[in-house]
Amino acid sequence: MLTLYGETLTSRLLLGTAQYPSPAIMAEAVRASACDIVTVSLRRETAGNRTGGQFWELIRELGVRVLPNTAGCHSVKEAVTTAQMARELFGTDWIKLEVIGHHDTLQPDVFGLVEAARILSAEGFRVFPYTTDDLVVAERLLEAGCEVLMPWCAPIGSARGPVNVDGLRAIRAHFPDIPLIVDAGLGRPSHAGMVMELGFDAVLLNTAVAKAGDPAAMAAAFAGAVEAGHVAFRAGPLEPRDMAVPSTPIIGKAVFE
Amino acid sequence: MKLTVNGEERRVTATTLAALLDELDYAPDFLATARNGELVRAGERILCTLDEGDRIEILSPMQGG
Repeated sequence: MLTLYGETLTSRLLLGTAQYPSPAIMAEAVRASACDIVTVSLRRETAGNRTGGQFWELIRELGVRVLPNTAGCHSVKEAVTTAQMARELFGTDWIKLEVIGHHDTLQPDVFGLVEAARILSAEGFRVFPYTTDDLVVAERLLEAGCEVLMPWCAPIGSARGPVNVDGLRAIRAHFPDIPLIVDAGLGRPSHAGMVMELGFDAVLLNTAVAKAGDPAAMAAAFAGAVEAGHVAFRAGPLEPRDMAVPSTPIIGKAVFE
Repeated sequence: MKLTVNGEERRVTATTLAALLDELDYAPDFLATARNGELVRAGERILCTLDEGDRIEILSPMQGG
């Protein structure tokens, strides 16, 4: 079982709620994934509209826990105020902390991230930081009060899958007891399976499911891959070898010449 | 009084944040509000007096990744 900030969860897949063809298909995908946690956001509401309220009612009907994000925030101040507003709105201390540092790559501003994590942790937030695989940044985030780390494996929405497997291996090896969730960059179930086989505790994805031809079917495929990868990691995968090794025993083989 | 509400200039008669939401036809639930970059909790809106030029943000839940 996966435990995040004291909460025990059955699923190791966290799913985003954005970019689906319709709210109904989003709901279908969430159900098909059997996830316990979905990510949500907050945006300006238009006067007279109840768009946000309708979305929130749909999420509540799904019976999942929400992890609000600070997506699109480029400064510490923006991220902190957004987190405070999210706590007010969604009634949870959990926050997926994003402080974006670069418009093109959407990579985190790790300096702002650590500062915002420190401020929010002191205010009682349970921070899920969207970070890189940098070990020193990871250390600083833990010192700032984070008990979970969410390294990217490729740029957000890129669907490239793990671009730095050695970096992922290193962060897993350095923090054996910290829940590590791969957030961002996964494109296919095989990518999710691969990072789970490396020993990551969970994955967070959105675009790869929402933009698939059949989001609900893809959500189920990811759920299967995540579970398979996790079971495989626990089962102790064989390391690659340089040479061929026969799988059928040689002893007792007949000799005809 | 002139305010900036969600990035748009508005002329309003409301003098508190609670009255502003009412004047602009916002349903008060499912909203989070901030005045000049600081969170104003739902219960504090009625006491939150507005000044000329205030920047008000009115947010609601939305899809996110």
